[in-house]
Amino acid sequence: MASTSTTRIRILLFASYADRLGLDSVEAALPAGATVGDALAYLRALPGGDELPPRPLCARNLSHVGLEAALADGDELAVLPPLAGG
Amino acid sequence: MLFLSEKPLDLAVLIREVSSLDRGGIACFLGTVRNHHGHRPVLGLEYSAYADMVEAECARIVAETERRWPVRVALRHRVGALEIGEAAVAIAVAGAHRDEAFAGCRHVIEEVKRRVPIWKKERYADGSVEWQGSGAAGQRGGAG
Repeated sequence: MASTSTTRIRILLFASYADRLGLDSVEAALPAGATVGDALAYLRALPGGDELPPRPLCARNLSHVGLEAALADGDELAVLPPLAGG
Repeated sequence: MLFLSEKPLDLAVLIREVSSLDRGGIACFLGTVRNHHGHRPVLGLEYSAYADMVEAECARIVAETERRWPVRVALRHRVGALEIGEAAVAIAVAGAHRDEAFAGCRHVIEEVKRRVPIWKKERYADGSVEWQGSGAAGQRGGAG
């Protein structure tokens, strides 16, 4: 049962960002009411995290979101390097 | 996987998916792997993807295109290792007339490039390997 005071999320990293941090996924426990920007601050404190750009593309539960978007328990947050499909 | 493919793309399959007797215009786009990035010779590349979101985002792009124009859309993107000249993305858009077919096709490729989470690692003739989009030279890129 999730505590009401924390928001537990899974953060996914891809491509160059996964290389820089040396991981492609990490579980994070953030304060309740945390935003995408707060999750990025958590990532920046990890080794290699200072190489992330100030405003990377992010997706919450498979949809693009801004840094101000709120996170809920169980969310999957993906931090996306500049896209290069097509 | 509906939109991501580990196998070579076949535009004829996509054309069959969107064809019907009342659709007289079919616009197609094929984005292939170039042999250069700027002045650097490229030997091949590897596409990686956030597969679950690729499927979700491509479904949204197809649905919004079919809402905006009276068309049917078929779309595929490769993932994995590709050689020079191979198709990375294939699109077929069919409508009653050419105007909506061209407009829909253009919309799909532009939105794929803007929104779909796919990355490519290029392999250069000098032996180096680089994620595109991650460096100063990477703001453009993609087969299309």
